[in-house]
Amino acid sequence: MTHQDTTQQQAAWAEESVVEHDAGTSYPAHATPGTEHTGREQLVLERIERARRARPRVREKLITLAHGAGGKATQSLIEAIFLDAFRNPLLEPLEDAATLTAGDTRLAFTTDSYVVSPLFFPGGNIGDLAVNGTVNDLAVSGARPAHLSAGFILEEGFPVEDLRRIVASMSAAAAAAGVSIVTGDTKVVQRGKGDGCYINTAGVGLITGGLTLGVATARPGDVVIVSGPVGDHGITILLERGELDLDAELVSDTAPVHELVRGLLDAVGPDVRAMRDATRGGVATILNEVATAAGVAVVVDEESVPVRPEVRGACELLGIDPLYVACEGRIVTIVDPSAADAAVAALRAHPLGAGATAVGRVAEDPPGLVLLKTGFGGTRIIDLLVGDPLPRIC
Amino acid sequence: MRFVDEYRDAEKARALAAKIAALCEPGRHYKFMEVCGGHTHTIYKHGLEDYLPESISLVHGPGCPVCVLPMGRVDDAIALAEQPDVIMTSFGDMMRVPGGRGSFFDSSAAGTDIRMVYSPLDALKIARQNPDKHVIFMAIGMETTTPSTAMTVLRAAAEGIENFSIFCNHVMIVPAIKAILDSPDLRLDGFIGPGHVSTVIGCRPYEYIPAEYGKPIVTAGFEPLDILQSVYMLLQQLAEGRCEVENQYARVVPWNGNTVALRAVAEVMELRPYFEWRGLGFISHSALQVREKYAAFDAERHFRLPGVRVADPKACQCGEVLKGVLKPWECKVFGTACTPEMPIGTCMVSSEGACAAYYNFGRFSRQRIREVSIESSRA
Repeated sequence: MTHQDTTQQQAAWAEESVVEHDAGTSYPAHATPGTEHTGREQLVLERIERARRARPRVREKLITLAHGAGGKATQSLIEAIFLDAFRNPLLEPLEDAATLTAGDTRLAFTTDSYVVSPLFFPGGNIGDLAVNGTVNDLAVSGARPAHLSAGFILEEGFPVEDLRRIVASMSAAAAAAGVSIVTGDTKVVQRGKGDGCYINTAGVGLITGGLTLGVATARPGDVVIVSGPVGDHGITILLERGELDLDAELVSDTAPVHELVRGLLDAVGPDVRAMRDATRGGVATILNEVATAAGVAVVVDEESVPVRPEVRGACELLGIDPLYVACEGRIVTIVDPSAADAAVAALRAHPLGAGATAVGRVAEDPPGLVLLKTGFGGTRIIDLLVGDPLPRIC
Repeated sequence: MRFVDEYRDAEKARALAAKIAALCEPGRHYKFMEVCGGHTHTIYKHGLEDYLPESISLVHGPGCPVCVLPMGRVDDAIALAEQPDVIMTSFGDMMRVPGGRGSFFDSSAAGTDIRMVYSPLDALKIARQNPDKHVIFMAIGMETTTPSTAMTVLRAAAEGIENFSIFCNHVMIVPAIKAILDSPDLRLDGFIGPGHVSTVIGCRPYEYIPAEYGKPIVTAGFEPLDILQSVYMLLQQLAEGRCEVENQYARVVPWNGNTVALRAVAEVMELRPYFEWRGLGFISHSALQVREKYAAFDAERHFRLPGVRVADPKACQCGEVLKGVLKPWECKVFGTACTPEMPIGTCMVSSEGACAAYYNFGRFSRQRIREVSIESSRA
């Protein structure tokens, strides 16, 4: 056929990628056809697991949006670029906050940058988000949040009135969380070089009691609890951008969780293995971190995951899974089975935890995977996303 | 949620699964192809295979719109995005699809203006808002999305918008199914027909499948119970010695399709003599192009395209996967060199692609999971 005679090129990057992969790793020979089916599939699964455990690398030449979405691309960037360069025992656990010791005092130290668009949304704005986010990272590390820093990157032409509103919200959020903003910085960039206003906050908090929390401490049998409906913040932002022509009575869940966490720790402290706030990447990303860090399986029951009907509806329309959608005032906690009921009760005693519920369990096998028992009655895995969830075509 | 939960009822699924098991002839193995990527997604997302006896295997077909787009067309689209003063618009699924020189995401990182839209009408809106730019819509998809592209061109023409065009890559499912039926290396017992496509073209275009190839086909909806029921209907046809087109998705699919939509498509587009499908090669009369009358809205006529064909990487077995000859995990690079982070083949990109669906949702041993869940329910 004549049309096949036209110039043909090779996709050089793909060929290189295959060669590189074959050279850098030694896998058992590919399963030969004809051997027993399940055995062959099992061989392939093991091969994939080895490939996944290989050292993460950033193969892209340029940073893409996926590197900031909280999924696999973000993880590779952190491990292959940042951790590789900065490696030290305090950073290495990659928890929400680092635990420092100063004399007899244990401190939690964390930082986070906020680039949300739009800056103002139902339920909050970039200002209270920037305070609550850092307060929450401290709180889930078992610390009492104490002091925050605030850095502002403002774009030329940004209305001062908007900045006043943002700062007022920050001030109110700090008061509500019992923290003070004690140092800061301001930079202004040329018009077009920023998106109005970016904020960075860092925070320190005091760790009292002898708690050692960490996702790596999860054990088979432990119970997974979420503190309320998931996905409210992410869907609120998506709808507020107005690209979808969808309306819903939905507000962001942005809130400081320090009191909620305190209530939980006071009730069942020694039985809490880990806490995380389910921000970027949602509950699914946290559970994957648990499975990987502790070398366990996490089994989630889809029907028990609390999701508001508005959030579920929007997710159904867009073909995205609420388990990956960001929250800003929800925690996920892993507790010893003997304390599960008491933990749920302690969370429910606080208004922010009124919707707290157990959603799953830690299991032994298959290590490193998060499994979902679907409402339909089947089983599938919940993997890390590569980048942002992309809406499907049809 | 209404109109969703009814079709995901576990109790009904169990009842249906029992009826399916009872209809299977002992010792016989059944292979049904779900043509549409949306079905593949549903099957994995809900863990539907847990309900099917081992003697039934579902084979994933070519109906994933981004999976069948050859790399050369992606390069052409990126070349369009690189033209001065052009805004390229695309569905989200398309953003990560690799061409010979990378994807839309890579191109956007390198400085082109590529925006994600949810509908071609959003692209038209961007054209109205940016009169000094030329806005191109990356039109892809099968008959499901073609009418909305056609309606958008008609609207642009009616409004006299001059800075808008489409890069037309619309393909048609019937020639692709025919290509699969003609391929010698596949033995199928029947088809789960594409529901969304059928809302537009109806069920009549499939009549050649039982008539000429002797295979039953059941047009199916996209909820898990829809698919289970379609499997049941296919088994019933086989058990009763029937072979025909049946419509499981009658709540949405009219037998004769949507004539208004078909008229709009016929007004704006015409058949291409041939078009390349990734993995399947050139298929004649399998795709659409913009008619001369609407040439003003055709990016292929507006700009010079490189039009270079890019060969699939040698290690990539997307073609065999798309034809259902190989299961995703049987491909040599599956999950190692080819992953959702670094997809070599298109089947690993879209969540409707068979490889991505298996990798993201089904990458575990069902046998071992059954043992685990039995243990934990005892504990």
